[in-house]
Amino acid sequence: MTVETSPPRTARRLVSVSPSVLGLTPFALYVLLFLAIPTVLAVLSGLFDAQGHFTLANVAALFAPDILKTFASSFWVSAVTAVVGAVVGALVCYALLGMNPQGALRSMVDSAASVLAQFGGVMLAFAFIATIGIQGFVTVFLRGLGIDIFSNGVWLYQVPGLLLPYIYFQVPLMIITFMPALEGLKPQWAEANATLGGTRLTYWVRIAGPVLAPSFLGSLLLLFANAFSSYATAAALISQGAQIVPLQIRAALISETVLGRSNMAGALALGMIVIMVVLMWGYSALQSRTTRWQQ
Amino acid sequence: MFNRRTIVGIAAVAAITISLSACSSTPTPAASGAADAKTATSVSAFGDMAGLVKAANKEGALNVIALPDNWANYGKIIAAFKKKYPKITVNSANPDGSSAEEIKAADDLAGQDTAPDVFDIGPAVALASTAKFAPYKVSTWADVPEANKEKTGLWVNDYTGLMSVGYDSKVIKTAPKKLSDLLGSAYKGKVAINGDPTQAGAAFAAVGLAAIQNGGTADDFQPGIDFFQKLSKAGNFLTLDPTPATIASGETPVVFDWSYNNLAQAATTPNWKTVVFPGSAYGSYYNQAINKDAPHPAAARLWEEFVYSPAVQNLYLAAGAFPVQIAAMDKAGTTDKSAQAVAGKMPSEFVSPTDAQTTSAGALLTAKWAAAVAQ
Repeated sequence: MTVETSPPRTARRLVSVSPSVLGLTPFALYVLLFLAIPTVLAVLSGLFDAQGHFTLANVAALFAPDILKTFASSFWVSAVTAVVGAVVGALVCYALLGMNPQGALRSMVDSAASVLAQFGGVMLAFAFIATIGIQGFVTVFLRGLGIDIFSNGVWLYQVPGLLLPYIYFQVPLMIITFMPALEGLKPQWAEANATLGGTRLTYWVRIAGPVLAPSFLGSLLLLFANAFSSYATAAALISQGAQIVPLQIRAALISETVLGRSNMAGALALGMIVIMVVLMWGYSALQSRTTRWQQ
Repeated sequence: MFNRRTIVGIAAVAAITISLSACSSTPTPAASGAADAKTATSVSAFGDMAGLVKAANKEGALNVIALPDNWANYGKIIAAFKKKYPKITVNSANPDGSSAEEIKAADDLAGQDTAPDVFDIGPAVALASTAKFAPYKVSTWADVPEANKEKTGLWVNDYTGLMSVGYDSKVIKTAPKKLSDLLGSAYKGKVAINGDPTQAGAAFAAVGLAAIQNGGTADDFQPGIDFFQKLSKAGNFLTLDPTPATIASGETPVVFDWSYNNLAQAATTPNWKTVVFPGSAYGSYYNQAINKDAPHPAAARLWEEFVYSPAVQNLYLAAGAFPVQIAAMDKAGTTDKSAQAVAGKMPSEFVSPTDAQTTSAGALLTAKWAAAVAQ
């Protein structure tokens, strides 16, 4: 062993590294067993047919017009709800910044956001059906006033109907993830800006904006991924046509009328992963640029 | 450092190996003395009915799957089974699951005592999954018509419904008399079908009915797709999956579903009426099959004997489903007359697609359905 002969500094570093590596082992194992291996197996299944022979037919089927359309629907629903959620959430965070951090309102909004960010799935879908469904109390109330929100078709059970429920959990998620970054802005920076003769505009454009940009974009990406992989809310609302990718995966797996497509689910998952990888790559490229001039 | 990494790697591999072997070494319950029950192809393997009941009682449990209480009277059928065989606990899993999910559960839970013992599945899934079934001939085997059973007993038809339209008579004042009535403005935002036809058998049958009533055949579902596209264009088609809750709340006032489901709905929604349109009727038999790896093989066989007894066949009929032994029961005089009054007579023109027709219609729906119903 060379540890005895090496200088004390190296020895100390070795010692300080080992507990952290050991400490990470359970997490690494967990990620490997429950995330990495299942993902690889699921995606690989897309490269085989029902008889277990290698095939590219499933991947090629991703480019069929109806599948491309579901990817487009998934993409625009996720993008719209992520942008709206990020902007509204950021504004709420900014408004909260003026509050006393220990105050009742701040802690109330914080805890409400933590709860509502997880409020999804069938419960959320039914909350919306009860509120603005065909017999929802808001719908019935408005109908009494002569306003029919479904005069152009019942959009709640179509892809556009996903926007409202998704934004419902996207905004709180943005508040939880973006608030720490806003809190990190030091008042001294604003003061320095003012001392040097800067306006509020220059402060936001030259100082706060660039500092917040990476975490804002990071949160935006998280929101996109959150909506892109959302399944249960959509499954409870939309029953016809499997119009977003997670619903296509369900259709491929459990259909009792069109059999033998279960490997297609793997190819669809591959398509989703490719989109997320491209976005992550774009984000990291952007972030490496911003960190370069932040230093 | 290299050493430590190797150890971590070995630990990971060891952990995987241990967890995998833990899965495979789960002991098969009821293994003792169940060897003959697993391979029994008729009641004679147990001596007589009493022997079968004894073996099933010893297992003490029966796992059924995807049997909703309000589907073809399965709530009452399970209750009757529990009453007749009080020593057997009936575990009903995933009542709203699809046929494909039943087979998937059998795969996923293979070797565990929670795996399903018996299946009630649609024809396409049954024909594709025969390798998973144990052959068994119930004592009333001769009463099931030849066309309705696999000759070794791998699967047997149990009941069929007719595709029907249920409607809330408080909302829809005049009953629809033909399919095209549903295109009228009185039905705006009101018509739903039970599931997505590319996934659920009942919804598939709704498109099938629309096809045969619009000049199509079991070979050509296109007129059915066209009908629902017209319905969607008119703003009448609802893309919400109807459930007893949506029906009770008035969210889905008109629903395409099997006659037995629509008839059952009247129990909770008194204004619920059922219409089977004149002309060609569309039906599709469901099938009983025993899981080859059933954790309770004797109880599974006892369930089959129970299902094909006149009492349970009459329970299907009382729900508006036509049991497969109806002809033999009519002849033997065991048909329940009050149940017959609910279900009516089997229609003379009855279309039920073959396996090949189901496959080609499925392919057509996969390609066309989503676009047809997108508003």
